[in-house]
Amino acid sequence: MKPSDIKVSRRTVLIGTAATAAIASVRPSLGATGDEVAAARMPLSLSINRRSYDVEVDPRTTLLDLLRENLKLTGTKKGCDHGQCGACTVIVNGRRINSCLSLALMHQGDECTTIEGLGEPDQLHEVQSAFIKHDAFQCGYCTPGQICSSVAVMDEIKRGVPSHVMADVAAQPGFTETEVRERMSGNICRCGAYSNILDAIMDVGGATS
Amino acid sequence: MRPFSYQRATSAAEALRLASELPGARFIAGGTNLLDLMKLSIERPSHLIDINRIGLDRIEDTPEGGLRIGALVRNTDLASHKRVRKEYAVLTKAVVAGASGQIRNKASTAGNLLQRTRCPYFYNTDQPCNKRNPGSGCSAIGGFSRSLAIIGASDTCIATQPSDMAVALRLLDAIIEIERQDGSGRTIPIADLYKAPGTSPDVETTLAAGELITAVVLPPPSGGKHFYHKVRDRASYAFALVSVAVIVHDNGSGKVALGGVAPKPWRLETADAALPLGAEAATATLLASATPTHENAYKIPLVERTLGSILSQARS
Ligand SMILES: Cc1cc2nc3c(=O)[nH]c(=O)nc-3n(C[C@H](O)[C@H](O)[C@H](O)COP(=O)(O)OP(=O)(O)OC[C@H]3O[C@@H](n4cnc5c(N)ncnc54)[C@H](O)[C@@H]3O)c2cc1C
Ligand code: SF4
Ligand code: FES
Ligand code: FES
Repeated sequence: MKPSDIKVSRRTVLIGTAATAAIASVRPSLGATGDEVAAARMPLSLSINRRSYDVEVDPRTTLLDLLRENLKLTGTKKGCDHGQCGACTVIVNGRRINSCLSLALMHQGDECTTIEGLGEPDQLHEVQSAFIKHDAFQCGYCTPGQICSSVAVMDEIKRGVPSHVMADVAAQPGFTETEVRERMSGNICRCGAYSNILDAIMDVGGATS
Repeated sequence: MRPFSYQRATSAAEALRLASELPGARFIAGGTNLLDLMKLSIERPSHLIDINRIGLDRIEDTPEGGLRIGALVRNTDLASHKRVRKEYAVLTKAVVAGASGQIRNKASTAGNLLQRTRCPYFYNTDQPCNKRNPGSGCSAIGGFSRSLAIIGASDTCIATQPSDMAVALRLLDAIIEIERQDGSGRTIPIADLYKAPGTSPDVETTLAAGELITAVVLPPPSGGKHFYHKVRDRASYAFALVSVAVIVHDNGSGKVALGGVAPKPWRLETADAALPLGAEAATATLLASATPTHENAYKIPLVERTLGSILSQARS
């Protein structure tokens, strides 16, 4: 079976979302505001890690919850659920975003890459390998977001996207520690593994630039 | 999150039609501010109109020599645009000083302008807040006000408008293009977009319900050296305590706008005129009517020193 042939059956999705709803009704972030009333589900097709999915979602479902709760792609983590930590970082249409601050329905037809799609356990992405080599994590909770962000940051520097630390924003950014630090500031590591994360990124970036 | 219905618009006209048919509907662009607030039940739209696929995502040269920035141009693309980086560098600098790479990839030009305050009490639904719950009182006055406004506020609300981008756009005298359901359009200078809080701090802009921002237009570039200095609690990924945007020419003339001090980007043309006299004179004019709290009075010397450092960099 080709990856693209894999479809999530309606039944699997309903089981997945029923479980989510049960958890959701007691989740404090949803508030005690009569949220039990479900909104009508809507169809959604998108590609995740090069597989296409056809699902039905409650409009309130964020891209993050779609990945974790409905599709059981739990590599992507939920830290703050408010755009403040970067644990939920995924790459959509080639750009990193916080999946907690985006509705799943806003991604009709989009191509999403999560930590699961970057490499396989026996064939890691070079950034994944570098994180292991440099011991760039402690508890590991922020790591999937850090890695997705790192991959995108290297591409952003290559494409010349400007940053706050450039003296001349019209110039081409360099691949320096200062640049990487600034560009990675949207990914918080509660364990403080920053210096090893930086070493891992510089190792890969230095090798490819 | 409260239940809402959702529709994807494919054109500005369709988005406007949907907005007129669905009372309580809101446009959603990047969603990075609206969804954040919906999760906290601070924003409670009954319907969302997704405008991410209506176009308006290009930056075009205007016949006058300026730029027309579509409302859905992402912050990253705005900051990366060749002419913006070269000719409107203050705008690139302000945009990349805000939020994170992830958020800037998603955030749109119009959404950024319309983002709501970061007053801690506005976010804390257990506390009174006139902006969130009109008439309930303001917890910040007499409370934790370190990050809040020192000027242009009122005795019902001292919140600041937190957008960095808006400060640069105010400095550049940007024009906002707005479309209405009946097909008519109007344009306003950005100076007229934000409303003073007065007695109704819940109404933040002069945009009417259902009106769609379609573009932001920049006049031809003015030349000069461009600066955007943002002072914050950490070096990156934090909102401004104070930010200072300056364009200054070799003869010392120029203009200045402030962020983090008022319910709108703060600029006074009289202060622009004082700029050649130095930071002290310009700040004195800019902040003459300031009424800080004991917790945020530090912002006045902070503005002056930040402006001073910009002006000495400009001379060197
Ligand atoms: C952790 C964090 C840190 C941040 N730090 C900063 C910072 O340092 N500096 C800074 O400036 N910003 C910062 N931001 C805010 C960020 O810049 C905004 O969330 C973003 O710009 C909003 O754009 P959006 O397209 O996602 O807006 P949305 O959330 O989609 O919309 C915001 C509002 O605009 C309305 N709207 C959107 N488009 C239109 C339109 N075309 N016409 C009419 N109405 C419209 C929506 O209805 C909504 O009311 C931060 C955000 C987060 C989460
Ligand atoms: S300053 Fe404004 S936003 Fe903050 S608590 Fe007072 S009324 Fe609310
Ligand atoms: S979970 Fe999305 S940024 Fe923290
Ligand atoms: S490794 Fe624990 S949060 Fe980063």
